[in-house]
Parts: sequence; C-alpha cells; structure tokens
Amino acid sequence: MIKSNSESGTSLRHVVKILNAEVLTGEEPLDQTVQHVECTDLMSQVLAFIKSGNLLLTGLTNIQVVNTADISGLIGVVFVRGRSPSKEVIAKAKEVGLPLFLTSYSMYEAAGHLYLNGLPGSTE
Amino acid sequence: MHYPRHEFPIKEMDFVRAGEASLQVKKILREMKAENDLVRRATIACYEAEINAVVYGRDGVMSLEVDDEGIYIYVEDKGDGIPDIEQAMMEGFSTATEEIREMGFGAGMGLPNIMKNADEFTISSAVGEGTRLKIIFRSGWTTEEA
Repeated sequence: MIKSNSESGTSLRHVVKILNAEVLTGEEPLDQTVQHVECTDLMSQVLAFIKSGNLLLTGLTNIQVVNTADISGLIGVVFVRGRSPSKEVIAKAKEVGLPLFLTSYSMYEAAGHLYLNGLPGSTE
Repeated sequence: MHYPRHEFPIKEMDFVRAGEASLQVKKILREMKAENDLVRRATIACYEAEINAVVYGRDGVMSLEVDDEGIYIYVEDKGDGIPDIEQAMMEGFSTATEEIREMGFGAGMGLPNIMKNADEFTISSAVGEGTRLKIIFRSGWTTEEA
C-alpha cells in the first residue's frame, strides 16, 4: 500500500496507472493533482455536492456526464466496467479540456484501488 | 456601462444539446472576467434550470442580463407548469420519468440546488402555461475588470 500521497493528492497520471486505464481524450499532460474521488451515477449529486477539482467515477456515459463534470469543474471522469462513451462524447470532452479515462474495473473495484493508494473520499 | 442581453433557445427533450445554453452563459461570464466561484455557481444554476426546461418545458428560452449590480438569468418555458411550487422545491420531490433518471437526473435536487447557488431565486408557474425562473447573482460580481 502506498499511503505517502494522501496529504498532497495523486496525479492523474498515477490514477491511470492504478486503474490500468485508457486515456480516451488523447495526449494530455495529466499532471493535475486529484485531491478527492467521488463515485456516483447521479449527475444531480455531482452538481449539488461535489467540489471542483474532484475526480468522478461513473457508470454513465451520456454527454450530460461531460457537461456536468465541466460545469462542476471536475478534474476528470473515469468510466468504469469498460463501458466507453461514444466518440461524440469524447469529442465534447476534448473541446472543453476534460480528461476522460476508461477502466475495466467495476466502480467498487476502481474506488477500492484508489482508496488503497491513498486517495480519500471528500468527507475525510 | 452597457451590457448586451443574450438569449438562448432550449429545445424540448433534446438531450444531445441540453447544456449548450448554460455553457454559453459560462463562456460569456468568463469573458467578462467574473471570478471562478461565481461562474461556477451561475453555471450550475443555469444547467439545473436548463435540464428542467428540456425535460418539462416544451421548449424554452434562457436569457442573460448583466448590469453593474449583478447577473440576471431568466429561464422561461411553455410546459405544463408546476401545480404546487412548495412541493416542487422540496428536495427529493420529482415527477421525472425513468428515461430522465437513467441519464443521471430526476432526483428532485434541481430546484433546491438553484436556490442554494443563487443569491436570489424566484419561481412562478401557471398550470398549462409554463414556468418562469429568475435567478440573480450579486456576491462576487465586480465590474472593475469588465
């Protein structure tokens, strides 16, 4: 278990490694730091409670996920269980500069791996 | 200082373009150099209102007005209207269909979230005619940079 990053967060690049994820939005710097992670399929919850700078894990893949993440100022979105969004959704994310990731892990597994690697939830 | 008024159409049940009006508002506020937190609050409120108009509104219009005192957003639609506004404002109350819920909305959180983000929020509705929201932002708004 790597816990040394818990205070300062973890880079998106490290998240990609932990989740064995594909970067859907292409060449990105991925230097931004993730402070907290949230898991939900409810975009209303993102809009109401999630702070900007958080990383979202979700199973939804429609274009409103990108709009919600963009408007909420999220640092990126991870699509779980290998469900990839359409190319229109990916194009929209590129347009607004929102990194998208795809992992074959389930939401539970992806969250567990990130947590074990020192990324806390937002209530901690 | 003169500020132009902007209007953005909102199309009924168009879930591909839903959000475009709010993103336009975001862009305009950014160009006016509004501070980040204000842009975020305003855009979230717009987006919640826009999704409502897409779902319930049978076409609508979002308008943006700005003056030295604040930012004024109006969202008007021609939908069925809300019979009981007090009930609609309660968190968790929703009449959304399964289709809307599958998209990640319809949890009865939209109107309360507009209220939470706005500095002033008024809603009026007439059954069979439509709904009108007035959402005002003042705190954090400075025109020094504009």
